[in-house]
Amino acid sequence: MISSNKFKNTSIALAIGISTILMGCGGSDKKEDTMVMPDPPAPAVPVNYAYTVKVVNLTTAQPMSPLAVVLHDEGELWNIGEMASDSLEKLAESGDNADVLAESIVLSGKSGAGILMPGMSEMVEINIEDNMPMYFSLATMLVNTNDAFTGTTAMDISNLAVDESISLLTSSYDSGTEKNSELMATIPGPAGGGEGYNDMRDDVDYVAMHPGVISKDDGLTQSVLTQDHRFDNPTLSITITRVE
Amino acid sequence: MKINKSILALMLATSSVAVSAQKLEITVTNLTQGMHYTPIIISAHDADTSLYQLGEMASPELQAMAEGGDISGLSTMLMNANADVVENPAAGLLGPAMSTTTMLDTADGNMYLSIASMLLPTNDGFVALNGWKIPSEAGTYKVMLNAYDAGTEANDEIINGGGASGTPGIPVAPASNGGTGGTGVTSTEANTYVHVHRGNLGDDDPMGGISDVDNTVHRWLNPVASVTVVVK
Repeated sequence: MISSNKFKNTSIALAIGISTILMGCGGSDKKEDTMVMPDPPAPAVPVNYAYTVKVVNLTTAQPMSPLAVVLHDEGELWNIGEMASDSLEKLAESGDNADVLAESIVLSGKSGAGILMPGMSEMVEINIEDNMPMYFSLATMLVNTNDAFTGTTAMDISNLAVDESISLLTSSYDSGTEKNSELMATIPGPAGGGEGYNDMRDDVDYVAMHPGVISKDDGLTQSVLTQDHRFDNPTLSITITRVE
Repeated sequence: MKINKSILALMLATSSVAVSAQKLEITVTNLTQGMHYTPIIISAHDADTSLYQLGEMASPELQAMAEGGDISGLSTMLMNANADVVENPAAGLLGPAMSTTTMLDTADGNMYLSIASMLLPTNDGFVALNGWKIPSEAGTYKVMLNAYDAGTEANDEIINGGGASGTPGIPVAPASNGGTGGTGVTSTEANTYVHVHRGNLGDDDPMGGISDVDNTVHRWLNPVASVTVVVK
């Protein structure tokens, strides 16, 4: 399976290479677009891989922190059952995406424009030159929680052709780095106005699916959250379109 | 060229009649942060066999698995149907966010994959894959699983060791993080058919309240498991 995938990628890369060269020799008659190779070979033109990413916040009352949108060839932003990285912990507890975007695996990273409110959508443009990216990752915090985040990690986009789209719905994860106390002092979003990031890890210290918000209306007396802040999966709709 | 075409036609004809034996590598991941899975049963079987039907009554075999984690009845039922069966690949409980991987060789005609395991602590909650058509093409496939309620026991959420079919209560909270003294969330089961589990309610009083389940630890949202199948 791996070898056949590689083969496909090579053929796609080859196909893209040829079409770029053809576009490069501007005067050529379109009817002759078939298999005519230019002679001598055109100088290498930087190849731009550009994507638009449309994100919709599907929750009732969970604003999303500024999106971290990432193109990469290796690694993951998180793994179920493994400890959250420090950068992910920071994003999941405070909504600060700077450290995730600065991760060494990131070949191209883009931040969303700001908080993405419930029911709202946002378009993020991201591109990279001369390196067809293998993977797409996206992460954002549900800010009226202790350490919930949603998104996708290492989704294979290497077979995405120009003008093609991939759509997905994302589930929510718990970074496992902060207890889901739902106390006012620990919720950074508007429902709490409390502390965001704290380097202490007082929870299970592995990433898993989030169990959801409980709220004071549903049995957690100490919670600052209300029934409004509960959520179910999925929490985001993402559509990735390759435009170049 | 003609020979090639007829070979291809033969292959197509064969595959449409019956997929021959397959070699599968199956990984089950518990995606929850606070729930344990009892010993898992994994099986490849024919189209006439299933673990349950949504919206119908659970069989006694499914009930035993969902209320007490006992997969022996399901295993016997599957063996009698000439299914290929792997029991207990995790060699015990599969903890939160843990994975287990096993190989499964399927016999001719066993083209459907089913998986089941009880969620602890619940009364009769289970995670399952029910008759997923195994792809004939080699590759890696991923399926997300939801949690179901067998509909055979009231979700009182009282941890009292009750694991036998028909005995009220939850067998155990394996991480010893359950409570005691709960008065019981409910004593009736409104839907007595197999249905999507509504989730644990729990409470924040470990020594009393209505539930012995901790609402900050033992709740979940679907999906609760992922299954990765590598068709060799």
